[in-house]
Amino acid sequence: MIADAATSLDAASTHGYLLVLAIVVPVGGVLIATAVGGRTAERTAFAVIAAGLILGFAILLDVWMTSRPLAYVLGNWAAPLGITLRADGISAVMLVTTALIIAATALYACADFTIPRDGLEARAPFVFWVLLLAVWAALNTVFLSGDLFNLYVALELLTFAAVPLVALSGRAEAITAALRYLLFALAGSIFYLLGVALLYGAYGTLDIILLHQRIRPELAVSLAVAMMTAGLLAKTALFPLHFWLPPAHAGAPPAASAILSALVVKGSFFLIIRIWFDVLPGSRSLAAAQVLGVMGAAAILFGSIVAFRQARLKLLIAYSTVAQIGYLFLLFPLVVGFEGSPWSATAWTGGWIQLVSHAFAKAAMFMAAGLIAQALGHDRIDDLGGVARALPLTVLAFAISGISLMGVPPSGGFVAKWLMLSASVEEGQWWWAVTVVAGGLIAGAYVIRVMTRMLGPRLELPTLSVKVDRWRQSLPLSLAICAMLLGLLPLQSLELLQVGLPHFLGSAGR
Amino acid sequence: MTSATLFGLCGAILIGLGLFELITDPHPLRKILGFNLLGGGVFLVLGVVARRGAAAGYLGDPVPQALVITGIVVAFSATALAVALVVRLSEVSGRVSLAYASSEQTDSDGAEG
Amino acid sequence: MMVALIVDVGLAILILFVAGWIVAVRSTFAAVIGFVVYGLLLSLVWVRLWAIDIALTEAAIGSGVTGALLLRTLSRLPVEHSERSANGSFRFIAGLFCAFISLAIAMVIVALPEPAPTLAPEASAGLPAVGVGNPVTAVLLSYRAFDTFLEKVVLVLALVGCWSLAADRDWGGTPVLWRYSDPDGVLKFLAQTLPPIGVLVAIYMLWTGADHPGGAFQASAMLAAMWMLTIVAGLMRMPRTNDDLLRLTLVSGASAFLLLGFAGFGIVGSFLAYPPDYAKALIVAVEIPMTIAVAATLVMLVAGPPQRRDMS
Repeated sequence: MIADAATSLDAASTHGYLLVLAIVVPVGGVLIATAVGGRTAERTAFAVIAAGLILGFAILLDVWMTSRPLAYVLGNWAAPLGITLRADGISAVMLVTTALIIAATALYACADFTIPRDGLEARAPFVFWVLLLAVWAALNTVFLSGDLFNLYVALELLTFAAVPLVALSGRAEAITAALRYLLFALAGSIFYLLGVALLYGAYGTLDIILLHQRIRPELAVSLAVAMMTAGLLAKTALFPLHFWLPPAHAGAPPAASAILSALVVKGSFFLIIRIWFDVLPGSRSLAAAQVLGVMGAAAILFGSIVAFRQARLKLLIAYSTVAQIGYLFLLFPLVVGFEGSPWSATAWTGGWIQLVSHAFAKAAMFMAAGLIAQALGHDRIDDLGGVARALPLTVLAFAISGISLMGVPPSGGFVAKWLMLSASVEEGQWWWAVTVVAGGLIAGAYVIRVMTRMLGPRLELPTLSVKVDRWRQSLPLSLAICAMLLGLLPLQSLELLQVGLPHFLGSAGR
Repeated sequence: MTSATLFGLCGAILIGLGLFELITDPHPLRKILGFNLLGGGVFLVLGVVARRGAAAGYLGDPVPQALVITGIVVAFSATALAVALVVRLSEVSGRVSLAYASSEQTDSDGAEG
Repeated sequence: MMVALIVDVGLAILILFVAGWIVAVRSTFAAVIGFVVYGLLLSLVWVRLWAIDIALTEAAIGSGVTGALLLRTLSRLPVEHSERSANGSFRFIAGLFCAFISLAIAMVIVALPEPAPTLAPEASAGLPAVGVGNPVTAVLLSYRAFDTFLEKVVLVLALVGCWSLAADRDWGGTPVLWRYSDPDGVLKFLAQTLPPIGVLVAIYMLWTGADHPGGAFQASAMLAAMWMLTIVAGLMRMPRTNDDLLRLTLVSGASAFLLLGFAGFGIVGSFLAYPPDYAKALIVAVEIPMTIAVAATLVMLVAGPPQRRDMS
């Protein structure tokens, strides 16, 4: 009976092999880059990026056109004994988002991490290209795996790829931040593993779909989900487990900060969603959802206020990440308990648009801040005067990203916050609406603070220590424009986000 | 009480002890030891699940056993990376501590890890 | 039956005592030694839980190689002042919190369902297709081979991460283990006589792991120990980190899986699937580069980041 159900759910995936390739191609890149090193590392990275973009879009198109999730059974061993890969709507969206942002970051990082033609292999470039591909492989596994322990291995892969990126500069603050990040991440994943152990002990399977069919409300499940969620919250840096993030993201090289803030923290959030909405059947705990919402609201307010008070641009952007992650957790109280109503679908869509537009906007912001810091030699906000004349495209990119973070139309951020606002008002949970509005206002404060400095009159001519190419400035600009374009998507296309969900959301579903 | 349940309780206590050392001890190397105790406890829980799943002529369910083997190797790699960070930190800054020396880090929480 | 229970209770109390001692003792060196003892006791627990494969892995990697790693680390750190600066009330609250978590986990463990759900029947039923007799090997290398494949990549990444912490000028150089320069000493004698035996034992563990407890990880830990012994005694040289052969060896484990995966895709139609008649041969074939790669990775992880860009 269960085997039949599993087979029928995984059947009819003629293009399932795309899922394996999406993971295996970046892994192959990591292996080749490590073995050969030198200039080949960079070239391999770009080859993989090209292939990965094609794969990501292919998977997205397939899921979109067929309105069904893709599945692939590894090794011909079906669950519960083997591992299955699955791509539903949100997986496909995350695959494409990741591919695009990594591609842009790689182009951006060329200037910082390139090896001259006759040069020997150097530490920072080699490590950067290998770890970039590894982050990608890990994220794709997180988005595609349908097995809880496989996801644990993916989480560890992600941690081991991200932590050395933080420490790449070699400075004491960066290494301290990396060590603290590592300890948090390790504690988080071991508690995730504990939850997996308890779930297996109670139900005898690690497969997400099978667990969904077997789980009954009981103490083991509550404790397991609590452990897993707590561990993943530490990795997602939700308030009050956030304090490893600002030094880590601010201390990393700009290309790495972009990846860390835009994508890596979203990986563990993706898993929380998987556990709450794919593993757990039927009714979820309303109280727990409200607790997550309260923590999210606290993150929004705390992160935004502290961001406003920062003296350094990169730290401001990092605290802004802490705040914007809070918005993602408002999804829980707005969806849980309202399954079946159209407003839960609205909140769901809003949360995912927030995630994707924040990814583009934050990557753009960190890249822009990196260019500014390189050009001026510092990133003190009060001394940014005149930058707008010197680096116009960069400042424009920052401004457009800021518009998305503030939630001002037209932008993805606006659509996301508008959807969450409507859902919370219609459901009668108006307090979340107040939080969204307050968060937007404070975000506006810190964005405007930075913009006025940048656009401000020059007290003295800023001397550019490094000339920044125009094409390099266009990279954050294009990412920021993506964030803006998300606000112009027709709502029908967003039903993609509900492909593959259990039918509680009341619309597309299976 | 079977031996499996007994060792399961042992694992639960190890998890508590490991977490306590991870949270409270300021020295990074002790935190890493705490993480290893924590991991050992979680693996024991998995091992207990395996023992309880004895069936089909086997004395234990092989799937959780394989998971523990994978976990031990991953935990070792984690320890190696963490330890390399601690050593490098002491080489670069001359001290072994997670506290930030720079006053630019305006984050108020310092002593935890 | 009663004797066994008494032994188990004694073992559990001993482990908890050692663990508590590790947390409470002031000297970090003593804590590390305590950790090695704890690892060996844990191996005994695994034997009592009838998980021999895990016992071997815990003794070899969890206690042995990790112990070597921690001791090497201690030798590189400055002598600490015993820093107990975390204040009393914080420790008290943290203690309560941890106790609460332990209690919750204990309650769930006691209440786990009886009869326990298990995949042992399915694992057993699939063995003929895989051709091995040890079900844990079947899980690691067939049913859940994708996990093992990714785990190899995790190992390589951890090593790249360690290497990334070298100084820029040392990149490509040689890491340093302990060095003893006593050419006629006992260490050199041991390093000349033990490794051949150790390698044989490793090969035996690898071969027999197909049908009995043992397997690739345990064999690789043995190989790593033997290699470390010869390097420390000065009989073999630590390779440079940009040595081509070393790099190829390090990725050979994951690469073998990758090739196997594609072969399975081409021949049987699914990534990492085995053609039924050749399954056991392929498993052993992929275990060989896997063992060598993991052994090399273990040694390089203990050795740490490159320290010298020397010309020796």
